Amino acid sequence: MSQQPERGDTGLAGLDCAPGETLLSVRDLRTYYESGDLIGGQPVKAVDGVSFDVKKGETIGVVGESGCGKTTLGRTLVRLEAATGGEVRVGSDDVTELSGEDLKAWRRNAQVVFQDPESSLNDRMTIGEIIREPLDVHDWGTPAERRARVRDLLEKVGLQEEHYYRYPHQFSGGQRQRIGIARALALEPEFVVLDEPVSALDVSVQAQILNLLMDLQDELGLTYLFIAHDLSVVRHICDRVAVMYLGNVMELGPTDELFEDPANPYTRALLSAVPEPDPTAEIDRMTLRGTPPSPRDPPEGCAFSTRCPVKIRPDGSDEVDESTWEAVEVFRETLRARSRTERSLSERARELIGLETRFATVDEVVGELFTDRDIPVSVKEPVDQAADLAREGDEDAALEHLKGELGSVCDHESPEDHAVGTEGRESRCHRHAAEYEEPSAVGPSVGGED
Amino acid sequence: MAADANATGVDERRSSARQTQSDDVDAAESADDRLLEVENLRTVFHTERETIRAVDGVSFGIEEGETLGLVGESGSGKSVTARSIMGLVDDPGELLPGSSVRFDGRELTDLTEKGYESVRGSGIAMVFQDPLSTLNPVYTVGNQIEEALSLHRGLSGIDATEKAIELLEDVGIPDAARRVSEYPHEFSGGMRQRAVIAMALACDPDVLVCDEPTTALDVTIQAQILELLSDLQAEHGLSILFITHDMGVIAEVADRVAVMYAGEIVEQAPVVELYENPRHPYTRGLLRSIPSTQQGAERLETIAGEVPTPNKAATDCRFAPRCPEAFDACEEVHPVPVPVEEGAEDHTAACLLYPEDEPRKAAVDRHAAAGDEDSPESAGSTGGDSR
Ligand code: SF4
Ligand code: SF4
Repeated sequence: MSQQPERGDTGLAGLDCAPGETLLSVRDLRTYYESGDLIGGQPVKAVDGVSFDVKKGETIGVVGESGCGKTTLGRTLVRLEAATGGEVRVGSDDVTELSGEDLKAWRRNAQVVFQDPESSLNDRMTIGEIIREPLDVHDWGTPAERRARVRDLLEKVGLQEEHYYRYPHQFSGGQRQRIGIARALALEPEFVVLDEPVSALDVSVQAQILNLLMDLQDELGLTYLFIAHDLSVVRHICDRVAVMYLGNVMELGPTDELFEDPANPYTRALLSAVPEPDPTAEIDRMTLRGTPPSPRDPPEGCAFSTRCPVKIRPDGSDEVDESTWEAVEVFRETLRARSRTERSLSERARELIGLETRFATVDEVVGELFTDRDIPVSVKEPVDQAADLAREGDEDAALEHLKGELGSVCDHESPEDHAVGTEGRESRCHRHAAEYEEPSAVGPSVGGED
Repeated sequence: MAADANATGVDERRSSARQTQSDDVDAAESADDRLLEVENLRTVFHTERETIRAVDGVSFGIEEGETLGLVGESGSGKSVTARSIMGLVDDPGELLPGSSVRFDGRELTDLTEKGYESVRGSGIAMVFQDPLSTLNPVYTVGNQIEEALSLHRGLSGIDATEKAIELLEDVGIPDAARRVSEYPHEFSGGMRQRAVIAMALACDPDVLVCDEPTTALDVTIQAQILELLSDLQAEHGLSILFITHDMGVIAEVADRVAVMYAGEIVEQAPVVELYENPRHPYTRGLLRSIPSTQQGAERLETIAGEVPTPNKAATDCRFAPRCPEAFDACEEVHPVPVPVEEGAEDHTAACLLYPEDEPRKAAVDRHAAAGDEDSPESAGSTGGDSR
């Protein structure tokens, strides 16, 4: 690194903090997309009020399933996506509002490694050109210095000097990911967003890349935001983890603690779903009903309320047995699925001329879910009422009715972040409030618990 | 019932069948019990420059009601193995002479396309990684299942529709009576995979070949599908060939496991034995390089280098360039599957280190002799593998 040109500092005062201090402070961040396809449609709430800090030199993981907003979150932090609200503080600056030289400094210092080494590298450029490109764009040193820097980077990521003049297609997936990493590191960034960097790789190659990333972090003092859906990879590489669901951070805390003693119902369900590479392991799994709701139309209360296996019941529902209650939830999920599908033109035509349509089948659903059950009136009336509404084709009204009559605090109020476990851990769930039982007390055990 | 299959609950399956299975290995060895028997399968692809030996001498069998896990990294040949069994290998690919796939005692490799269609319709069905490759976007999900039903069970009209709804309910699709008239794009990824499984079941198969059926799905949805497959297996007595790269999924679903590397099966054993006592150096390396949710951050062990693409008949061990235990003979003798020690018929490894209780020289000679009679075409060839 002898060719390092003078750069004094990073160009943004907040980036030069000491290891362990807060590098980034994300507060109530929101990134919404306007939906292009529907006039007057709802925006997609990809990131919907997220707050956390990133400490210098740490690896913070962001996990969650597809559509949870983790990639949008990463892209918003590096300004590839514009925030709709909230802030991302670096010292006294707000990244979401930077412009001019300051924005340039941020871009230099905040880089991304993408998941798919196939498509993120330009096939018409040589490896040398690909890695050098950011140096050229940012006018880094002299041309000779840039070439020397590229050679230096090739070596750092475990490639050879002679690879300089080759093309990406001559490389395997693992090697291409090394090239992507070299390029991201060219401008000596402080902060690197790793967006599923090993998801496309085979396990044996994945291990090589994970080791490389850890070595580079030690050597260069990098701060990583590691986005992944693979929980075992996250457990391996991250100091702290944020678990996302539908644009929310449901739980955040030190990795080991979070994996061994997950507090939030979603974290617990997610961890229990991962198959362990151990055929003798007990499978004690919480199987979730349904699929996540659309981020265009998230539930009003808790984001996880439509699938939560330990959702709080409304007051006065004690006499309703567990399976009947579950049937109510499945009924609501079915209505939600129905209200999401637009009725086709041909169906409207059939309705107009009085022919039977699929919307007539609501009685079958109700029959299947509720016949042969001893249902108390407090449940039967709202269900019948909702069925009537649905029969008339108004699923939304049916849902509103059920929510009003049979909904609980989970349906009506967004949960707060509650401090759980030891220091620095938070979980977004009503069950941590004093008046309710903890998730671990009502659901099956997960992780290291007995 | 849709409501049940989708219900929340604690799932404590881990069938005792697995236990019986491994205790009963001697019986498993008789080929007569095996519903599906693959022997010396070689599938090659001709390109302008070379011939890729994607599957190169693979043998295994599956018993009734059993799940065999076929695991390997990309390029190992596991998906081509599945397609070969299904008769789905087209130009420029072909099965070499001597390859055999027997289903219920009947040889499939010399069937005409028409003959194969009837096997695919009734005996063996396949579930692919990407459900959209199976579903036709312009027909409703119901139409497609009904078509399968009319083809394979002679059902039509309202009978077919009712059966289609029943199948969708069986695979846990809620509100099936309505969803039967929806198009594939109106289904979520997990629901689509359920629909594909329903289509496969429409043929009432004995064997289900699942090629990475949950790889494209999120983990909570994957859990739903794995649970569904295990329920269906128990209910219909299905035999399953489950292909995946995910050692976690294999540990959960398989009774026995075959590990593929560069077109060959390098190790085969009952699932618990394979994970607790892996013998082939590749299997060992593979298991050590998986990070686990149960362990913290140490350096991961890696296997140096990358998977080669075999383009010549093997005259050596294809893993030798990456093997930490390679010795001289590994570059001259092609190892064949042998019991890892005397009597361990259910646990084989294609590695010159085995049988472990045999003197090294004798073991190497055994591999060399078996190799000579096995692939006469390889005699005199000095080529190695491209990588
Ligand atoms: S707030 Fe209610 S619905 Fe949300 S996670 Fe907690 S218990 Fe479940
Ligand atoms: S035959 Fe030799 S090189 Fe191949 S796996 Fe065995 S020890 Fe390693």
